[in-house]
Amino acid sequence: MAPTGFIRKYVFSLDHKVIGLQYYGLAVVAVFIGMVLSWLMRIHLVWPNSPIPGLHLLSKNGAPGDVMTPEYYLSLLTMHGTLMVFFVLTNAPFAAFGNYFLPIQIGAEDMAFPRFNMMSFWTTFAAFCVLIAAFFIPDGPPISGWTAYATLSAVGGDAGPGMAYGQTLWGISIAIFCIASLLGSLNFIATTLDLRTKGMSLMRMPICTWAWFITSCIALLAFAVLLPACILLCLDRVAGTSFFIPSGLVFNDHVIPHGGGSALLWQHLFWFFGHPEVYIAILPAMGIVSHILINSMRRPLLSHRVVIGSMISIGFLSYVVWGHHMFVSGMNPLSSLVFSFPTLIITIPATVLTLIWLGSLYGSRLRINSASLFALGFISMFVSGGVSGFFLAQPSIDIYLHATYFVVGHFHLVMGVAAIFGVFAGTYFWFPKMTGHMMNETLGKIHFWGTFIGAYCIFMPFHYLGMVGNVRRYSSFVDDFLQPYLPLHKFITFAALTTGAFQILFLLNLLYSRFKGPKAPVNPWECTSLEWTVPSPPPFDNFGGVHPVVYHDPYQYGIEGSTGDYVMQSSPETIAVERDEK
Amino acid sequence: MGKLFAVVLVLIAIGSAIPIVMHWYPMAQDISTHGHLIDDQMGETMAEAGIAFLAAQFVLAFFVFRYSDRKDPGKIRTFPGGARTMVVAAVLLVGSEVLALGIFGQRAWAGQYFTPPGADAMTIQTQAGQFAFYFRYPGADGKLGQQHPDKIDEGNQNFFGLDPANDVESRDDVVTAELGIPANREIRLLMHSKDVGHSFYVRELRVQQDFVPGLDLMVHFTATKPGRYEIVCTQLCGLGHYNMKAYLNVMTQEDFDAWMKQKTSEQ
Ligand code: HEM
Ligand SMILES: [Cu+2]
Ligand SMILES: [Cu+2]
Repeated sequence: MAPTGFIRKYVFSLDHKVIGLQYYGLAVVAVFIGMVLSWLMRIHLVWPNSPIPGLHLLSKNGAPGDVMTPEYYLSLLTMHGTLMVFFVLTNAPFAAFGNYFLPIQIGAEDMAFPRFNMMSFWTTFAAFCVLIAAFFIPDGPPISGWTAYATLSAVGGDAGPGMAYGQTLWGISIAIFCIASLLGSLNFIATTLDLRTKGMSLMRMPICTWAWFITSCIALLAFAVLLPACILLCLDRVAGTSFFIPSGLVFNDHVIPHGGGSALLWQHLFWFFGHPEVYIAILPAMGIVSHILINSMRRPLLSHRVVIGSMISIGFLSYVVWGHHMFVSGMNPLSSLVFSFPTLIITIPATVLTLIWLGSLYGSRLRINSASLFALGFISMFVSGGVSGFFLAQPSIDIYLHATYFVVGHFHLVMGVAAIFGVFAGTYFWFPKMTGHMMNETLGKIHFWGTFIGAYCIFMPFHYLGMVGNVRRYSSFVDDFLQPYLPLHKFITFAALTTGAFQILFLLNLLYSRFKGPKAPVNPWECTSLEWTVPSPPPFDNFGGVHPVVYHDPYQYGIEGSTGDYVMQSSPETIAVERDEK
Repeated sequence: MGKLFAVVLVLIAIGSAIPIVMHWYPMAQDISTHGHLIDDQMGETMAEAGIAFLAAQFVLAFFVFRYSDRKDPGKIRTFPGGARTMVVAAVLLVGSEVLALGIFGQRAWAGQYFTPPGADAMTIQTQAGQFAFYFRYPGADGKLGQQHPDKIDEGNQNFFGLDPANDVESRDDVVTAELGIPANREIRLLMHSKDVGHSFYVRELRVQQDFVPGLDLMVHFTATKPGRYEIVCTQLCGLGHYNMKAYLNVMTQEDFDAWMKQKTSEQ
């Protein structure tokens, strides 16, 4: 029975579609806050002493007279990274689209545990509120970066501004976030395994369903490690334990009363989560992009199996490479070598995927629209960000590049831009289904060009700055050594502000099209998977109580002798060859 | 629009590659005996990554150019060879490439981390703390005195927590805020942190190593070229992180001896 009251329908909804939209909305809010923070950082970097009007409203201490202090830069850095990684990259490609479309794509009426699902979202929302609260406490947000390395993060207020309640709030927020993600990923796994409709074998699931499924398995293990780590961190801070604090540390000439812990332990626990997290962001984007590309190319990818196999091996390998973040951390130098090999090996499935995308473009009938442009942009960004991984995967080179802007360029291209491109592609593609209205294509294309060119202008130069030796997490680099690169930094700031402006265009397009966009047909892109068989937007129980039956592989495009060039997955029409090319 | 995409993509790819091909990416000069290994490795990786980057972007651009918005949507063709060939090719090509990189890259790493410093290396200790580095030389007896965290007293310039009253070995230790070293002499740098994580990074030396609270770590290197170089902390360590710097002063042996003498007399 569909609920009728406002609260049940839109706020505490059990409907996976509403929950998906709620996740999406939260991610949009987070990404805009995160983006504004990055602007403030970029402005401070190139004009360190000029006031930013109104900044004192955000923080009196952090910006006296509207001029940002160096430590407030670190606060913004921490909040930017945390918001982006947790509330944008985990929420948008995975939780938002996954919630909305995974059940429909497998022919289910809802998630396996709708109540859990509602709890996951509202728990995530609570985590978000706790994090944002850090802006408004006197001490300000923490300054230890999104990685919150111990001992800085573990010793408490001795460590500087923001490191008292601000850091505790950070720890609590992330712990809550972990609980939400655990609930969410369990739900995804149970749903995929249990609720597939008749005929929907595992190999007949669309690639994005597979990607969300693999991602849930990764998330389950990764957040299960981060959760206890955050709890231990909070205990160190408030209960006097010493999990991450060794003996004999001295702050302000006083030995602090902790002893026996290990600061490296935090790094191991954190990156055991942190590296898979990168794939939690990128795998769903890969799935979404594959789905969209197939549709735009009017042909299946060269091999469904190879794509799924590559994604599984990437997911698996992501667990054995966390040490590549710790090459110069003081762990046993032999482990650096050991961690370097699987890291380099990950490039193999990544290359396979890229080759499959490229090879599938060959001889296709590519349709260009906002969604496919972003999908193609994803491939380009993924390659650009991926090749710089070659450098960082080698401990010997990492000696020079670690903690420089090279790293910042690398991860922004792969998980920042590429993953976000996946989200944009998904938005343009599925918006008609989710809202019943078409998005404005012209605005969409302008948005694409601004973002594509802009993102390259921002993040490519970062690599050069890194090679020069410009270290990251510095609020000021304008010493004699880096002075010659100031113009480049200014260029990047200018590009960041411009690219950001194009995102406002996207937001306007979302709002405008939601209310004024032309009515969307059921299947505007002539797509074959199950979500395109239901009305736009789909009713409460998706299929009107009738379970669909699936007869084919998900991507029956380029079919000859059929009425169109495609056959719906649920159409009983017989097709000469079941296509899953070898 | 697909054609426009292709053209823009090619321009971006070429634009990104020009500075590299023209060697406009000035890595900091190398003043160490081991740095050329790292730089060679960087060069090789640059070549391989560069080729992969350009190839992928060009192929993407070409296919989009050729196959987008076809007027006559001809028959769909599959890539010759198909998926299996691609998987095999990727495994062989990328596999051997990364294997080669991995194996050659170990030389620099092994030289830094698996080879102990020579017997005549000069021992210096460095301590990182919010937000400064301090360096300690063992003095005439060649021995570093014991440290006592509870005796650290910055007001009295006792940065290392030494106890000269009871500890003979610490009496002649020399403590400085600048890392003075002789050129062409191997240095064995003992590292420890007083409070939180920090890092020791000298671009020109091609040395970067974190300080981890509670761990005693060591790096060794030989500098070849006299001059003053910046030492920066690269591990986010608190509000003064942006300002945590010191200088490495590489001197000729004579200059170093004079410098040491002056520092000793200042103690
Ligand atoms: C609007 C475009 C963006 C700009 C201009 C931007 C800029 C920056 C800057 C200047 C830093 C600080 C670099 C440093 O000092 O180490 C940074 C850090 C970071 N950014 Fe972004 N960023 C953008 C988008 C994103 C996105 C989409 C993500 C999501 C992955 C992201 C994730 C991060 C992370 C994880 C950090 C590291 C934070 C830390 O060191 O703790 N950024 N960004
Ligand atoms: Cu990683
Ligand atoms: Cu430091």
